[in-house]
Amino acid sequence: MNLEVLGVTVLWTFLFGYVIVASIDFGAGFFNAYTLLTNRSHILSDIIKRYLSPVWEVTNVFLVFFFVGIVGFFPLTAFYYGTILLVPVSISIILLAVRGSYYAFESYGAAGHKGYALAYGLSGLLIPASLSVVLTISEGGFVDIVDGRPVLDFWALYTSPLSWSIVLLSIAAVLYISAVFLTWYAWKANDPQASDLMRKYSLIWALPLIITAIGIIVEMRDHNAVHFNSIVSLWPLFLLSGLLFLVTVWFLWKKRNYGLAVILLIFQFAFAFFAYGISHYPYLLYPHLTIHQGFTNTEMAIALVIAFILGLCLLLPSLYLLFRLFLFNKKYVTGERNDHV
Amino acid sequence: MINESAVFWSRVLTETTLTFHIIYATIGVGIPLMIMIAQWVGYKNNDEHYILLARRWTRGFVITVAVGVVTGTAIGLQLSLLWPNFMQLAGQVIALPLFMETFAFFFEAIFLGIYLYTWDRFDSQKKHMLLLIPVAIGASMSAVFITIVNSFMNAPQGFDVVNGELVNIQPLIAMFNPAMPTKVAHVLVSAYMTSAFILASIAAFRLLQGSNHIYHKKALFLLMKLGIVFSFATALIGDFSGKYLAEYQPEKLAAAEWHFETTGEAPLVLLGIMDDGEVRYEITVPYGLSILAHSNPFAEVIGLDEFPPDEIPPLYIHYLFNIMVFIGMFLFLVPLVYVIGKRRSWSFINKKWFRWVIVSGGPLSIIAIEAGWWLAEVGRQPWILRGLMRTEQGATTSDQVDLMLLLFCILYIVLGIGSIVVLRRMFRANTIEREIAERKLEKR
Repeated sequence: MNLEVLGVTVLWTFLFGYVIVASIDFGAGFFNAYTLLTNRSHILSDIIKRYLSPVWEVTNVFLVFFFVGIVGFFPLTAFYYGTILLVPVSISIILLAVRGSYYAFESYGAAGHKGYALAYGLSGLLIPASLSVVLTISEGGFVDIVDGRPVLDFWALYTSPLSWSIVLLSIAAVLYISAVFLTWYAWKANDPQASDLMRKYSLIWALPLIITAIGIIVEMRDHNAVHFNSIVSLWPLFLLSGLLFLVTVWFLWKKRNYGLAVILLIFQFAFAFFAYGISHYPYLLYPHLTIHQGFTNTEMAIALVIAFILGLCLLLPSLYLLFRLFLFNKKYVTGERNDHV
Repeated sequence: MINESAVFWSRVLTETTLTFHIIYATIGVGIPLMIMIAQWVGYKNNDEHYILLARRWTRGFVITVAVGVVTGTAIGLQLSLLWPNFMQLAGQVIALPLFMETFAFFFEAIFLGIYLYTWDRFDSQKKHMLLLIPVAIGASMSAVFITIVNSFMNAPQGFDVVNGELVNIQPLIAMFNPAMPTKVAHVLVSAYMTSAFILASIAAFRLLQGSNHIYHKKALFLLMKLGIVFSFATALIGDFSGKYLAEYQPEKLAAAEWHFETTGEAPLVLLGIMDDGEVRYEITVPYGLSILAHSNPFAEVIGLDEFPPDEIPPLYIHYLFNIMVFIGMFLFLVPLVYVIGKRRSWSFINKKWFRWVIVSGGPLSIIAIEAGWWLAEVGRQPWILRGLMRTEQGATTSDQVDLMLLLFCILYIVLGIGSIVVLRRMFRANTIEREIAERKLEKR
């Protein structure tokens, strides 16, 4: 494996990590706000708080890691994506800022403030939608090169059915991932009421998820034939992902093996996410930028890989400690311990 | 082709974001250390008051961290959005410290989460205290790495330019550039200093409000002692920074000091107003600049006349320099007087007016931080990478930057007001007297 592929694999893995933890986070914020509006917050909010509080800051770092890493490994992306993404990404940043700070305001400062909870729940749903624009743009067809500079065609982007399908998919995926995870977490916390509510939401969101996912593959045939063909050639991975999805839904339907369901869910998304990533190879921005053109010099690449390995040596034990103290700590999860500052 | 309005708005937006971010970022670097010290003193002396101090600081700290994290994410992305050409080059030469910063940030985030949710979980306070070490290290290291990136912009090295292409890139040489030692050290100690004065402001303000609790007095005394140490260190390293500038970036020093012609025995200009190219009402310290620049009253100091006019930074940075230095001096004297006064039982240090002087320390140190950063950044103009890339070459060409500036301004106002409201509410309702009473109740 050469350094380009290694670099992009590392980044893609971190992006996958972000997609999973952020989905849980965004979805949880939305369900929290939704149940607050429908006067069912007493069922859910404790469970959600208990999970989110120690990890909300860590979630954000996965994203920072990705965008700092991509500029490091592929500096030309700063030129292409930096220039065209000013508006969409600025909107994402603003939403992320409102959400992150209002979460802290609500949970540490003014507990039970409805306005803060709503701002934070709604912005959480808009963030995946605004970030997914990047995925659409990477498919090509929305960027023209004028005077040697990339220019984004907003009109084409916002009228494309592909953009809107990707937005819908991202929202459905967020709500589904989050609901399945919280079903398990609530069940683990011996809270059958919350678990049942979340199970209901999981099943509701399973259908739109699968419809949009298939729809996008169909649309891709017209939009980007090259990419469609490489997706088709990877059909076993997508099929496997689909099967895992069916088993997960089956477990939820039958109300059993919630823990296993979460693991299968992660693998389902991992297969789809990596298959999508592989099918995109070698383009970072179709057809202007490939990973070979955009790669940094060898010296920097080696330095980054070394920094990455050393960083992981520090990070993995710390993450393990975090999980052991909170996610896998029976007393904490069931709310028996409440050691808030 | 350069889009001039995009360049201008990009600069304004970057400046706005950074100006807002560094308030929270500076607190974020310094306060973990203060919390650690308080917790350590409390643990050593078995004094519940200091432990409580750490606990209450931490609670407020979380709110500022949240704003610091989200605005930090904003500036991180804005670097690529507003300065794509610069980041493309930076990605090739200086990506390493940027990348390492995310690890430091990761590390801090994990342990802060653990620290926050494990109060009273461990059998000894010592174990809990140990969690603060990675938090404080992570916070300081992220400042170290990001300041390295900034120092590279002032003193780019670690690569060769051959026919417009970058070759022979050495990431470590780029990191350990000549600007790095003084910059990193100055940023760190001034962040510790600022945090100490902000917390001292709060303690002094509580005492003024009539809460005469021993808790606030202990906090104030501890913070004033720390204030002396950190403001002395800040001044000392500031002096080293001046010597660095004289050696490597003479145009920044010359513009900051209004030193127009290269001379020996150079005087130092204090205060003063620039009026039609003439300096008025100044106080000059004979030999001052030569001493500042080279520790030798007769040494020659390079003046602005040695640079082409389009490579000279704006002269208004002199005012910023004055603000920073005078506040720094003042904030060294205030805690010194307080601590000596405390030892010798001078009565005026407990008088109302002196408490107000201490209260002013927090806001003043923030002003000094801002002035210092503006001085450092504007003093680097017209370069984004000194001697290599001019600011307009690094900027985006997008037409929507002014609109984004408006949106971000609204965001910062909302975040600024939100954080102040929440912090006030947090401590208004839960006073120290009440918290002590409640904790005693628990123990019974």
